[in-house]
Amino acid sequence: MNKFVFLIPVLPLVGFLINGLGRNILSRALVSIVGCGTLIASFLLSLLVFREAAAPGFVPMVINYFDFIHAGGLDIKFSFQVDQLSSLFLLIITGIGSLIHIYSSSYMHEETVPHFARYFAYLNLFIFSMLMLILGANFVIMFIGWEGVGLCSYLLIGYWFKNNDYNNAAKKAFVMNRIGDLGFLLAIFWMLSQFGTVSYLELFPQVSSASLYTITCITLLLFVGAMGKSAQIPLYTWLPDAMAGPTPVSALIHAATMVTAGIYMIARSNVMYSMAPHTQDVITIIGMATALLAATIALKQNDIKKVLAYSTVSQLGLMFVALGVGAYTAGVFHVMTHAFFKALLFLGAGSVIHAMHHEQDLTKMGGLRKYLPITHITFLIGTLAISGIPPFAGFFSKDEILTAALQKNPIYYVLGVVTSLMTAFYMFRLYFLTFSGTFRGTDHQAKHLHESPVAMTMPLIVLALLSIVGGFVGVPSVFAENAHLLSNFLNPVLGSVHSTSHEVVHLSHSTELMLMGVLVFLILIMIFFASRKFASYQPSEKEESTISKFLANKWYVDELYEALIIKPIGHVASFFNKVVDTKVIDGFVNGVGKSVQYSARQLRLLQSGQVGSYVLIMVISLILLFIFQFFWKH
Amino acid sequence: MPVAELLFWFLTGLSLFGALMVVFSKNPVHSVLWLIVVFFAISGHYILMNAQFLAIVNLIVYAGAIMVLFLFVIMLMNMNTESEPQKNRWLRLAAIVSGGSLLLILVAALKDNKGSISGVSDLEGGIGLIQNLGKVLFTDYVIPFEISSVLFLSAMVGAVILGRKESANLKS
Amino acid sequence: MPINYYIFLSIALFTIGIVGVLTRRNAIIIFMCIELMLNAVNVLLVAFSKMHHVAAYALDASTTVGTEAQLFVFFIMVVAAAEVTVGLAIIVMLYRNIHSVDINFLNRLKH
Repeated sequence: MNKFVFLIPVLPLVGFLINGLGRNILSRALVSIVGCGTLIASFLLSLLVFREAAAPGFVPMVINYFDFIHAGGLDIKFSFQVDQLSSLFLLIITGIGSLIHIYSSSYMHEETVPHFARYFAYLNLFIFSMLMLILGANFVIMFIGWEGVGLCSYLLIGYWFKNNDYNNAAKKAFVMNRIGDLGFLLAIFWMLSQFGTVSYLELFPQVSSASLYTITCITLLLFVGAMGKSAQIPLYTWLPDAMAGPTPVSALIHAATMVTAGIYMIARSNVMYSMAPHTQDVITIIGMATALLAATIALKQNDIKKVLAYSTVSQLGLMFVALGVGAYTAGVFHVMTHAFFKALLFLGAGSVIHAMHHEQDLTKMGGLRKYLPITHITFLIGTLAISGIPPFAGFFSKDEILTAALQKNPIYYVLGVVTSLMTAFYMFRLYFLTFSGTFRGTDHQAKHLHESPVAMTMPLIVLALLSIVGGFVGVPSVFAENAHLLSNFLNPVLGSVHSTSHEVVHLSHSTELMLMGVLVFLILIMIFFASRKFASYQPSEKEESTISKFLANKWYVDELYEALIIKPIGHVASFFNKVVDTKVIDGFVNGVGKSVQYSARQLRLLQSGQVGSYVLIMVISLILLFIFQFFWKH
Repeated sequence: MPVAELLFWFLTGLSLFGALMVVFSKNPVHSVLWLIVVFFAISGHYILMNAQFLAIVNLIVYAGAIMVLFLFVIMLMNMNTESEPQKNRWLRLAAIVSGGSLLLILVAALKDNKGSISGVSDLEGGIGLIQNLGKVLFTDYVIPFEISSVLFLSAMVGAVILGRKESANLKS
Repeated sequence: MPINYYIFLSIALFTIGIVGVLTRRNAIIIFMCIELMLNAVNVLLVAFSKMHHVAAYALDASTTVGTEAQLFVFFIMVVAAAEVTVGLAIIVMLYRNIHSVDINFLNRLKH
């Protein structure tokens, strides 16, 4: 099997090359076939790899392909690592990626063929980068994928490059990611200088010998990288803006790729994080703060995609809480279930937007239930899943995170519950505004409301099924002993750490059950509130309260960044532009030119054209030469 | 004081005086004549140093052919009057000062030589005779010798081309 | 007789030649001064030839050390003769064009 592992990332790359280079030649159908086909093929290969990894007696393997960097004592190999964690992520990425590709082939149908091909080329490159990130057996290979993902997100967010706002959003995403990447890069350098290797298998056993300070710094720097990629405070603002890209791209970024990179990286280096309690605290606090902040913002957003975007940020915050409290399995579990329902929600939103002719404002929707039956049902399933209603997928993973948080510190638990309640509220607000009540759009839109084609509904149905059953791979021990299949599966990679955190506080099963019941009850109350308020929503003119304005404007974080960072940098830049560049640098450069001209003008006087003066100069130089030759050295 | 040494000093004085006169005489014809004197003195030095062949060649080629050529050109231009305007005084001063300092520098640099030419004229024949030089010239140095004949040919062609009348160029 | 005498003689002749080149304006005189400088070098070459020959003669009576230097002088004379031919042709040419052999008129190099 390991002979074919390299094909998993190479296939999307081939797709990228074919679509990218042949975008003016290939037909639309061919582009779709190449784009989706390569990815489905690599999904099938991933299934085989996963089956192998799930088989008993499997040992993680590292496959070396060639020497990537070989200089002195430094030896970085280009190699892939296949183990339980990477095979699981392979499955998520290629699986959901394939569904999104199929969906895109219909969603993007309005584009002209070259742009259609460009879109698929980017999409394939995106998947390729993500697979590199997952499969790499050392941090350098991971970094290649890491950067590739950043590049592709830039390309895809700015896909409609004729709109300048979208370009700015793309730039914002890229710059924010760069800030994080710098942290990651520094961490890699630090690891190289400290341990001399970045390969997982060689690095992790050495970690225990390093000082707490070193480990804390490295893990913090890695976390800075994760902050950028996974949109945590303070680098989260790019993710809502990333909605500028086509909706399937949002689904891809939010569900399968990109934002999960940070989670994956921390889960991958769990050995290091478990040794750095301070970093873990930082991660937990930042994750919690992000989850709360994003949830409050999502309460008041009116753009269907913005709500989903902030909900992603919020859910990512929860995942980081899980990682921070040492429940790596819970974090990965939530990544998986979140991938299912967030892809579902985004694709559903895409279907709605498609039907509404690119209208994204929630206040102009409503009553879509009867026009879009399949989308409605699947979207409802997704909403229930993200809200944490049993037995949908989100319930199990979120519950596991909250339990882990409670074991660490009750405050985390309370905040996590608050976040979950807000999640339920804003998601159902979204649901009710979209599908219940009466239609509030224009007549023109009302006439053209239609269910999306099969290529779009099929992925929705598949994802809905996954959102229903996805949670059952991680049934907590409360319901059935030893039923947490995922935990058992990931145990070889993440288990060693997981067991230690359980020793802190062990909750009895009855307490756990009770807490679950209370939580579900509270969530149901929130859903009831949401339905009361928004099920038959009519836009009103009444003045908004200060706090809701505050939330609608996203806590003015963008404005804060503008004032604190962008403006001062802008001032410094214009200072450099106006003073340093024009006066100092230009002055210097022009001064060189002028002084050369001036000295040339003076030196030209020496060129009298008189042979006699030339001879005189020659003789004088001859004298100097003799002096130098005979007397200088002595 | 041996005769050879006496002769050396006499010839040295003659050549230096002649050289100075070459530079400082107003009339170009006098300069040429003084230069011929210098060449004779130098030929005398050659004989003192047993370079008889070179002494004769020096006389024939330099004092004979080349200086006659000079004289011929001067006569052709009718320059036997003292018509030359003087150079700028400062330039002349600079020239003399730099020349003098060059002399000083070189003398100071080379004054510590230990070699000597003893028994100048008491060698029989020696290497300076045409027998020895001719043998080496036509065996080891035959290629440079032939090349120098080509050089002469090209110099001759060059001189002819340069000396042609400009009007001949225009007509053709 | 020390070799230094010849060296000093040669330097003196050479310097006089240089001073002549620097002070005079008549192209023909300058040319003659150049000949003077060439001859100064020739004297030196012959003197060195003699010096080495004497040193070698003391060991071996049939030595021909020093021949090369004299041949060198011979070649210098050959080249000098060729040079004079061309040089004088140029001067004649010059005189024909500007009716003067004053090198101060030769300032076309400036342009």
